[in-house]
Amino acid sequence: MSDTSTSSIMQEVQPRKPWVNRGQSVRDMVRPTVLAGVVASVVVLVTGLAGPLGFYFAFVLAFIVVSFIDGMRHDKVKAIDKVMTTLVTAGFATAFIPWASILFTVFKRGASAIYFGYFTHDMAYTAGDDELGMGGLSHALVGSLLILLMASVIAIPFGIVTALYITEVKGKLSGLVRVIVQSMSGVPSIVAGLFVYAVVVSRYSFSGFAGAISLAILMLPTVARTSEEVLKLVPEDLRSSAYALGASQMATTFRIVLPTARSGLITASMLGLARVAGETAPLILTAYYSAVYSLKVTGQPLASLPMYIFQNFSTGTDTALTRAWGGAAVLLSFIFILFIIARLAGRGSRK
Amino acid sequence: MSIATVDKPTADGPPRRAITNQRNASDKRFRAVVTAGAMFAFVVLALIASFLLFRGFEVFKEFGFGFLTSSTWDSGTGESLEGASFGVAAMLVGSVIVALMAMILALPFVIGTSLFLEYYIGKKLRAVLVSILDLMAAIPSIIYGLWGYLVLMPYAAGWAETINKYFGWIPIFKVDVENFDASPFISALVLGLMIIPIASSVTREVYSRAPQDQISAAYALGGSRWGALKAVVLPFGRSGLIGGMLLGLGRALGETVAVLLTLNLVFEVKFQVLASAGGNVASLIASRIGEAGPSEIKALMAAGLVLFTLTLLVNFGASIIVSRTSKVAQ
Repeated sequence: MSDTSTSSIMQEVQPRKPWVNRGQSVRDMVRPTVLAGVVASVVVLVTGLAGPLGFYFAFVLAFIVVSFIDGMRHDKVKAIDKVMTTLVTAGFATAFIPWASILFTVFKRGASAIYFGYFTHDMAYTAGDDELGMGGLSHALVGSLLILLMASVIAIPFGIVTALYITEVKGKLSGLVRVIVQSMSGVPSIVAGLFVYAVVVSRYSFSGFAGAISLAILMLPTVARTSEEVLKLVPEDLRSSAYALGASQMATTFRIVLPTARSGLITASMLGLARVAGETAPLILTAYYSAVYSLKVTGQPLASLPMYIFQNFSTGTDTALTRAWGGAAVLLSFIFILFIIARLAGRGSRK
Repeated sequence: MSIATVDKPTADGPPRRAITNQRNASDKRFRAVVTAGAMFAFVVLALIASFLLFRGFEVFKEFGFGFLTSSTWDSGTGESLEGASFGVAAMLVGSVIVALMAMILALPFVIGTSLFLEYYIGKKLRAVLVSILDLMAAIPSIIYGLWGYLVLMPYAAGWAETINKYFGWIPIFKVDVENFDASPFISALVLGLMIIPIASSVTREVYSRAPQDQISAAYALGGSRWGALKAVVLPFGRSGLIGGMLLGLGRALGETVAVLLTLNLVFEVKFQVLASAGGNVASLIASRIGEAGPSEIKALMAAGLVLFTLTLLVNFGASIIVSRTSKVAQ
């Protein structure tokens, strides 16, 4: 009895927060929005600004003026604050317009290239400018998967070991290794491709394996840095407890630290894959492109999704460009799926 | 059977381990293997530099400093460097112009995005928008290039024409021929778009570490939100912003396909950013390697080394600035 009454009183005397404006801010927004909308419409009708972009531009300008006047009813400080709020919000919103346009275009124009056989056919008997509904990108999809698989086999172990060196071994060179990994993440993708071209391709030939090496170079820093962050989150108590029970450092690392961080390490690997899945420049120099479905990763060029897009773009006819958009839609979906897996794995680790 | 007898070590139990501060043999091996593995990154970086130097060495010997100052690109007979003439001046200047323009175009949006996400919205919405921003950073450059060429260019060429019409008297906005397609301006728009998410994730991180007590103090003194941001957050985050932008600059300098698809490469040093002619080292390599003969490949390797050095320096500067800031913040 007394418990419930106390708690109800407690609820009543909860301090109010007058500085948190609930709904107030929304109501304040209605008038300037309507006003700016009207002004922008007039401007678009009267002057040379046209189209949705022109309207947006006029709307932002009008909003700045309106919010200044609105703020001036208070004082200058309020007016400047309102103008800056508008500017900051506009800075954010404007950056989103092109991204929305990219996603919209990729999936809208890509959809017309995609049909059921798109994932089961290759381009062996189909030219880029043949009509849609023929050919597909099975070769590119499989090639990309093969290249990414090989790149992961190289980059993920080395990336995790690099992170282990910094967090577990804590060697003298930890600082240097971190700097090196940082610099490596800044290596332009074309330079990684050029390096593999000099070492592998110029001696043997274009191959999926060469492509995998160049992607592994680009993938390693992402995996190493994300893994390091994840391993740092493993509580120090766990390590101390393992040592106290007489475990060696190796046993502690393999049986305590790595299993604890497992889902985080999956996230690191997925982010690394997402980073390189769309790389085109190194593949121009290493794996190149072939129109035929193949599982052979050495001795001959191997297709990949980015190169499929690039080839069709180079062909340049309307149907080829539609195919390029189709490839872009598949590639983007693939990367988004990697991201979602990374996110889900990351959520698992937090529990 | 008292408890005390159980605790007592018995003669036939496992032998006691000696107490020591030395690591055992398997641990030593483990540490050695991990250390060797961590050196992989170092080895790769050294190999890249030495191979490019090794393959491009002849070019540097033949043309010396002229490789950086000349802008003719003539492979001569194609077999040897005799009679050929290579120089990356136009490409290098072009790379820097496009990257710098991209930075200037991106800067207001990086500041806007970082401030908006950190100080203008609630936690839940921020989490959603930040993951969208991460997703945008993962869009492959070829898709940016495709969109830049097919969707953006018709608009952007129109904007370029307008700028040229009203500001044509400024030398950099002048054009000799009225063609506004595939200009450095358009490439810079695409690159700027690409570096916004990269630069703002670093900047936002530093902005979020601004001392909360100082922000509260600014409010307590009657400052507006903008007042608090201007007095506390912006000065605090300045080096984070510089670091983030330098990181973006490194990315922009090394970007290949997005530029390859949206820029018309011309071997001539030009400063007319709206005209349909520009240079870019990375795109040069990607576009020439397919048909290059032995001598030209050497020149491309040398060009690769120049690009590698340039981006390494920029990234190094960026990481030093960012790490210095995070030390101050902690």
